[in-house]
Amino acid sequence: MNSNAINTPPAVYVYEIPVRVWHVLNALIILVLIVTGYLIANPLASVTGEASAHFVMGYIRFIHFTSGFVLVVGLVFRIVWAFIGNTYARQFVLPPLLSKRFWSGVWHEILWYSFIDKRPRKYIGHNPLAILFMHLILFWGTLFMIVTGFAMYGEGAGQHSWQFTFFSSWVIPLFGQSQNVHSWHHLMMWFIICFVITHIYVAIREDKLSRQSLLATIATGWRTFKDDEPCDD
Amino acid sequence: MKETFYDVMRRQGITRRSFLKFCSLTAASLGLSPAFVPQIAEAMETKPRIPVLWLHGLECTCCSESFIRSGHPLAKDVILSMLSLDYDDTIMAAAGHDAEAIVTEIVENYKGNYILAVEGNPPLAEDGMYCIIGGKPFVEQLRYAAEHCKAIISWGSCASWGCVQAAKPNPTRATPVHKVPHLADKPIIKVPGCPPIAEVMTAVVSYLLTFDKLPTLDSQGRPQMFYSQRIHDKCYRRPHFDAGQFVEQWDDDAARQGYCLYKMGCKGPTTYNACSTMRWNEGTSFPIQSGHGCIGCSEDGFWDKGSFYDRVTEINQFGIEANAEQIGATAAAIVTAGVAAHAGITALKRAQLTGESS
Repeated sequence: MNSNAINTPPAVYVYEIPVRVWHVLNALIILVLIVTGYLIANPLASVTGEASAHFVMGYIRFIHFTSGFVLVVGLVFRIVWAFIGNTYARQFVLPPLLSKRFWSGVWHEILWYSFIDKRPRKYIGHNPLAILFMHLILFWGTLFMIVTGFAMYGEGAGQHSWQFTFFSSWVIPLFGQSQNVHSWHHLMMWFIICFVITHIYVAIREDKLSRQSLLATIATGWRTFKDDEPCDD
Repeated sequence: MKETFYDVMRRQGITRRSFLKFCSLTAASLGLSPAFVPQIAEAMETKPRIPVLWLHGLECTCCSESFIRSGHPLAKDVILSMLSLDYDDTIMAAAGHDAEAIVTEIVENYKGNYILAVEGNPPLAEDGMYCIIGGKPFVEQLRYAAEHCKAIISWGSCASWGCVQAAKPNPTRATPVHKVPHLADKPIIKVPGCPPIAEVMTAVVSYLLTFDKLPTLDSQGRPQMFYSQRIHDKCYRRPHFDAGQFVEQWDDDAARQGYCLYKMGCKGPTTYNACSTMRWNEGTSFPIQSGHGCIGCSEDGFWDKGSFYDRVTEINQFGIEANAEQIGATAAAIVTAGVAAHAGITALKRAQLTGESS
């Protein structure tokens, strides 16, 4: 194989500042939403004294709702950035789901993670399996949480609120009743927790075993490579 | 000459004074301004009495029991006499063929001008053989009576959603009224609850009869004036919820203090009904006030959500019976174990690789 320096640039600027800032903020917001959301479903031990002296559940719900709104703003921004930013910024929002090459890449990654294929491929952007999971669980999962979240928020905000008009009015009949919406919102939280566990694990593993930089890239934005062979994307 | 409501009331010995009192009470219970009182009075004086056919399918009669206990004494008496309840097999005197003949009579004589009230629902399995009325499947009686009615009232959770007889696995295929196939396309008012609140029932009937139009319905077909808010939104224990004060056990001090029943599985936050404002038994109390959480009886499929005492309830999809917490925590545990195992194998393979290359 004739490998030379032309095949691989020494470093590529992959994650632009807005993407990196969104990544950090989104991670923090998701953490806050998971903690407060869990506490809404399973409240803390009761406080004693007059009800007027406390607002524990009120504050927890306030933080959850506020963070939810921030999450929405973040996702809207991220979608807009997919069109403004570089090619790699599109992967999370608009993955090349119709490309055969993409799916053969996904298959290769599955073989690589199953220890069947011994050699990882090399990507400037995300690897295809990462793109698939991020898109399915994080992008659609977040959208699911936003839609069901607004539907439940609209119940409290009342029938004349925009949340009720645009979300509660059709989401609640779709799920059958409000309690089902609560259950699915809660279940999706666990799916997102599963995603987070996997996401962190594979990020560390890929950083060690793959042929490109990973953890440093999400911090600085620059992708560097461990060999000179051509990239697969 | 068809009788008007007023004629019937006078015949029943109700004075004009009592009649006008009833009109203002009706206006108040419907949330209307006093300006509507003359309108109601005029409607009752001029409009012919609309007969109501009250059919019973698979049900427990709790709707009827609730209805006859309507709290406003005057309203109860008058509505029962003004409501031309021509057929209701539970409370009518006639029986057998005489009773069944009334259905045909009303349908023939009042085409397009009678109200069909349905308590309970038809089972569809085995061609409806699980509920036979007068020798015929109930579903056929329902279709026949619905053909020429003005509107259908689905009384209670059975007619509105299916309720206990439609709970999984629903062996008789009990089906709520709006999902019955080949049923005439008529407006359906759902009045869910197991049973619905008495005053809600009488108010819906009096609204229909006095205004001759449907009350405003929400996206699921329930009268908005009674079903637009959750129990939780108007619950008198709500301040305890916001403060974070919960009953943890049925006999604890918090229960005696009247703290929020959220942790005891109260379904108030997800149940649309008027219990916390109208209350029951002439406004005496309602479940939460007597120390028990709401079981969500006016919500679709409330029997299929597992225990009434769990906050996080069961999801029945994919043939599993577990709540979101159990499914989610199990999934997270499996993923964590998977990650740990995968990391272990990775380390092992790396060790082998470095062992081979060195």
